[in-house]
Amino acid sequence: MSEAGAAGISPPEPEGRARALAVAFAVALACGTVVSVTAVLLEPRQQANRVAERQGLIDEIVARLPGLETVLDPSGVDRIETKVVDLGTGDYVSAVDPTTYDPIKAAQDSAARVEIPPDEDLARIGARAPYATVYLARKGRDISLIILPVYGAGYASTLRGFLALEGDLNTVVALAFYEHAETPGLGARLEDPEWLAQWRGKRVRDETGQFRLQVARGRSDADPGAAPYAVDGITGATRTSQGVSQLLRYWLGDHGFGPFLSRLRNEGGAS
Amino acid sequence: MSGADRRVLLDPLLDNNPIALQILGICSALAVTTTLATAFTMSLALTVVLTISNGAVSLLRNHIPRSVRLIVQITIIASLVVVVDQILEAYAFEMSKRLSVFVGLIVTNCIVLGRAEGYAMQHGVRLSLLDGLGNGIGYSLVLILVGSVRELLGSGALLGINVLPLAVDGGWFHPMALMLMPPGAFFLIGLLIWGLRTWKRAQIEPSELPETALVLEVKTEAAEGGFARSVR
Repeated sequence: MSEAGAAGISPPEPEGRARALAVAFAVALACGTVVSVTAVLLEPRQQANRVAERQGLIDEIVARLPGLETVLDPSGVDRIETKVVDLGTGDYVSAVDPTTYDPIKAAQDSAARVEIPPDEDLARIGARAPYATVYLARKGRDISLIILPVYGAGYASTLRGFLALEGDLNTVVALAFYEHAETPGLGARLEDPEWLAQWRGKRVRDETGQFRLQVARGRSDADPGAAPYAVDGITGATRTSQGVSQLLRYWLGDHGFGPFLSRLRNEGGAS
Repeated sequence: MSGADRRVLLDPLLDNNPIALQILGICSALAVTTTLATAFTMSLALTVVLTISNGAVSLLRNHIPRSVRLIVQITIIASLVVVVDQILEAYAFEMSKRLSVFVGLIVTNCIVLGRAEGYAMQHGVRLSLLDGLGNGIGYSLVLILVGSVRELLGSGALLGINVLPLAVDGGWFHPMALMLMPPGAFFLIGLLIWGLRTWKRAQIEPSELPETALVLEVKTEAAEGGFARSVR
């Protein structure tokens, strides 16, 4: 028991400031070396594990997106390609390997990240990675489906998910969240399949190009004019609902995937 | 192995169990025992860290100045924990994700620092290694027991393999959600300590308050309550 430590069986007192410093330094050096060597030796294995995990997550999300089969099946998509996009210019970045690029890490790296001006920071994330990883499904040369990673502040946590759009880049196929820590029973209902299913077929912008997609306050059919662009608010979770609206507005806007989407639109869906 | 060695190794299993008697390391015992597999991995990680840290601290015990001894001990323990965590992340990735921060929190587990400061600083390397191993096994025994019961009653399974036919699959067993929550672990550890102390009565601690003091306290409270009422 720890009281024994105070009892006097201790060895002769090695005292003195210099000695204390020397021992502390030597121990720190030895321990630091052991830790560094382990970390460096094991890094490749850990990296491989992380890549496999992310790939598994995306496969799972793609499989789980409600209504995805109806888009993919008839077309007989060849495969889903993964691309890294420069969010500023909207161009593909071929120099970066999409299997290892980690936007979450890049958003935390003060050298790499792009600060978001406060008035544009609808998703309340402060800064974002310069690039994003997107997933495209093609039918022939035309894009039939595009999956964009989106995230932003909810009520109690950062909501991370994927938004899938049809080839017209204006119709929602699905929205799904894979990470959040919202209040169980309230905000956490953004995982509810019935609520998520409402997103199917909603439109992002109206004829004038105005961004309209949102989570309504209350029921989405209260305003018939807005109904094609809105889903029901989550009862008791106004802040979470708002967070979803705002993060979509940010990521589909000019500071998010806007440049990328308009490039695709101008190219008629071909890359 | 001499009798003294055996005592150092075996004492912490039942007679001086770190969780049941010393009531140390409760935090992780509550957090990682929802399934047997996590409890087992955590036990292994702690036993390895505890044994090596005891050995290392004992090896250096004559060179560690008293003024910085806690810092030196924590540095050694923290380094070992990082190494174990890294190894888990490389070779048992799924498990390390399920254990999340709790392997890292071995640094703050009172058992490890307690044994380093309370035992390894005064004893030889051989005895300290045995003491670390013994305490690690003592901790593991409790974790594995609690983990087995919680997984069995909470999800009707052991090591992820279904044992009790679940009602949702047409069987008779209704999982006890309480077992998967921290209070479930509290109750189990409490029952375990009660059982152990009924069996080994030497572990019962004397009451900290003499009974007359308790009676007196109750009486004073009653008197004060009565006074308050009469004033009102």
